Amino acid sequence: MSGDHSDAPIAARVRHLERLLEERGLVIPGALDETLAAYLNRASPANGARIVARAWTDPDFGARLLADAPAVIAELDLSMRGGLQVQDLQVVANTDREHNVVVCTLCSCYPLALLGPSPTWYKSESYRSRVVREPREVLREFGFELRPEVEIKVWDANAETRYLVVPNRPPGTENLAEEQLAALVTRNGLIGTAPV
Amino acid sequence: MTFATGDRVRAKSVDPSHHTRLPAYARGVVGTVVRFQGTHRLPDDVIRGISSPEEMVYAVRFAAQDLFGTGDHSVTLSMWQSYLERP
Repeated sequence: MSGDHSDAPIAARVRHLERLLEERGLVIPGALDETLAAYLNRASPANGARIVARAWTDPDFGARLLADAPAVIAELDLSMRGGLQVQDLQVVANTDREHNVVVCTLCSCYPLALLGPSPTWYKSESYRSRVVREPREVLREFGFELRPEVEIKVWDANAETRYLVVPNRPPGTENLAEEQLAALVTRNGLIGTAPV
Repeated sequence: MTFATGDRVRAKSVDPSHHTRLPAYARGVVGTVVRFQGTHRLPDDVIRGISSPEEMVYAVRFAAQDLFGTGDHSVTLSMWQSYLERP
């Protein structure tokens, strides 16, 4: 159910199917790779960072983002499109009293269009099984020590909705422009395993 | 029977032999509906080739104490209507 799937029987079947489709002229050789590459070129944590920087600088955008993320990210020409279906998105925002962290305990569901391919640890059994049970300890192992009074909300992306975290805006950034703010936002910040 | 935000609901205590997106750690536990997440086909039926209409999916928040007997955090999961019952 987890880990590297490249040796799995399903991976061999997919490779075989792709070869047959190409041999019979149903798919242009290399077209699938090109499609995947084009998608992955657009899929990057820079997308998530743009969303966060806009939410920090435009409170109205931030509030609407929490209510209806798929519609609101379209204002930045972003979407959850790219795979076979458009995935649903919910954005959750950290505050001084609440911290959000995202996991998929069943596999490795992840907002790929906005964050790029997921990090290896996100797919590890260790992260997936432990962060729901002892998030404070897991975050500490990431070097992220939350104050004891901060309440932790874990989001298990076990179904159709993907989650993106808006981290707290770091102090001392009041004079930065939106692009400069976006440059501060990290992938782990968007998952909830690091502060920004 | 549908649920509304704020309703207390119990994740059914089931152990199906087929694929399901109801994680074992939540089965039998009572939580609170916090959001409606649209309608989607039940994965348990999709994987078995069973034709069924889309169902309501809810974000349900569980206390770590209720899930694991320890912890002061919460865990929010997506639950298809079929996974839930009144507590």
